Amino acid sequence: MIVKRTACVLFLLIGLFGFAFAGLAIEAQVEHSEADGNKVNITITPVEGSSIYIVQKSLESGEWVSVVETRELTFSTNISNDISTQFKVIALDSDRTVVGEAISELVVTEAKWFNVKRTNRFVALILISGTILYYISRAKKNKKIYLRPVAGLQAFEEAVGRATEMGRSVLFVPGIMDLDQVETISGLIILGHVAKMTARYEAELNVPVSRSLVMESGRETVQASYLSEGRPDLFSEDMVHYYTDDQFAFAAAVDGVMLREKPAAVFLQGKFYAESLIMAETGNSIGAIQIAGTGSPSQIPFFVTACDYTLIGEEFFAASAYLGDDPKLLGSIKGQDIVKAILMLCLGIGVLLETFNIHFFKNLFVGS
Amino acid sequence: MYTGILGAWVAVFLTLSILSYLYKDNVFYKLAEHIFVGVSAAHWATIAFWNQVQPNLFGRLWPQTDVASLSGFDKFWYGIYHGLHVLFGKVFPEETLNGVLYRGIGDQPQNLTYLFAFILGVFMLFRLIPKIGWLSRWSLAYVIGMAAGLRLYGYMSSDVIGQIHATMLPLWTGHLGSSINNIILIVGVLTGLFYFFFSVEHKGALKVVSRIGIYYLMIYFGASFGFAVMGRISLLIGRFNDLIEYSGKQYWFATPILLIVMVVVLVLTTRKEKEEA
Repeated sequence: MIVKRTACVLFLLIGLFGFAFAGLAIEAQVEHSEADGNKVNITITPVEGSSIYIVQKSLESGEWVSVVETRELTFSTNISNDISTQFKVIALDSDRTVVGEAISELVVTEAKWFNVKRTNRFVALILISGTILYYISRAKKNKKIYLRPVAGLQAFEEAVGRATEMGRSVLFVPGIMDLDQVETISGLIILGHVAKMTARYEAELNVPVSRSLVMESGRETVQASYLSEGRPDLFSEDMVHYYTDDQFAFAAAVDGVMLREKPAAVFLQGKFYAESLIMAETGNSIGAIQIAGTGSPSQIPFFVTACDYTLIGEEFFAASAYLGDDPKLLGSIKGQDIVKAILMLCLGIGVLLETFNIHFFKNLFVGS
Repeated sequence: MYTGILGAWVAVFLTLSILSYLYKDNVFYKLAEHIFVGVSAAHWATIAFWNQVQPNLFGRLWPQTDVASLSGFDKFWYGIYHGLHVLFGKVFPEETLNGVLYRGIGDQPQNLTYLFAFILGVFMLFRLIPKIGWLSRWSLAYVIGMAAGLRLYGYMSSDVIGQIHATMLPLWTGHLGSSINNIILIVGVLTGLFYFFFSVEHKGALKVVSRIGIYYLMIYFGASFGFAVMGRISLLIGRFNDLIEYSGKQYWFATPILLIVMVVVLVLTTRKEKEEA
């Protein structure tokens, strides 16, 4: 009986004070839900008297480098993928005296093909793309699609016609950024339509650009337009010419062209920054009819102030559908409208549920 | 001392030349414009080559290595580098340190996938040879396709999903002020979105909704315009401060002297132009 009681008391004591007697340990676990896959969760089992922990990680060369000095027992850090890494913890007491040292097991991380945290984005992408593709296929089957009139787009032909009548040139600036910007690509598509008009009316076209790649693709675009209008003889590579990559030097050069050549129509279509007002004001001062278009919200006010017509945001991206008669583009506009309607509906539902303190719906739209 | 004075005179001359554009297009503006364009074009080309192409492309294809340690394919690969070194020594340097010959650029890890980028870059240069100029379209197609694909996710994530999430706000928060703020925001987003409906005719009640949307946009544009103008005025004040500083004795009265000279030249040229007309 006494032996049993003694054994029970001993087990109880070991259970109660086991924590204090346990050695220092560090555990590294890979966070599997991460897309980059290189996140590791660190858990430190403390040793008695320790309060500060210096955590280090191993390099391929065998050296140890510092990760963090902390008082926390759990935290996360990133390591290089596909490289076996170990973590070491050095425990210090409040006087910064080393009271223990431990090394974790080897961990290896690898990049993931699918990030579960971004599933909502994936679903949205499929839904949006699917809707747009469906309406493109409908448009191809000769289903008529109505597009409301946009004043700026109707003025394109009028502006080129005016330049032809006055015997002056048409100036087209496709923004100041490179081809990795969607606005630049959209600007070049619009350039194609404007070049068709200048080819038809035999008006002079001048396209200054600030990026070499834009110059090349601009030349291709203009040449294709002149060919499609049956006027390759009017095309010249010098129509699209490069000045400089520098933002304000380019603005100074375009202003110089405006003042000297006095174009009758100025198209500012693309990605613009602070130079937008400088160009638009100069165009205004020479009395040119100006049609601007950009997706940059901060530059639209300047164009609205100084230009005759401005394509605001999405109007600018929809311009190519308006100017051409391609069912693919018309269908995509309709598809995007349907997507917008779905998003407005989601927004309405979300607002109502939030008002009644129900948050699950809003949480569906959270993402990392 | 003299370089500082010379710098001040150049700065004043170029500033006044650019500002002279407010009067009309003139010889000073043309000169400043051409200097600006020429210098910046050359500067950008140089920066792009030495900061991007040389270290990030050639440096990844041929990172610096000890020639004696090369064998097999690496020996052949660095043999090509040596050939390039003979042709373009500054771009593809070789150096001897403590009697050891090193070949290559920088210390980035070798990545031969950059050969793909290198080939696409070379294709762009084929524009200079009309017969094979069409190959440059492959490079352009890659850049455009890559940009469109890469941006698709970013825009959808931040401009669509993120915005919708941020706008899902309660109509009543328990406080009048924040509730009104939320309602203004939600109405603005919904009506603003509706303004960009292209396949629906905006008439009747829909026209009212669309109008409210455009009013919201115009209020934003007005505020943004005012904010930017304030920023521009502070830039102008900065330039004027420099002009005032450079008008002192220590800069040999750069601002007043150049201003008088330019005004005289402009008056004389304008008079001459009128006489000729």
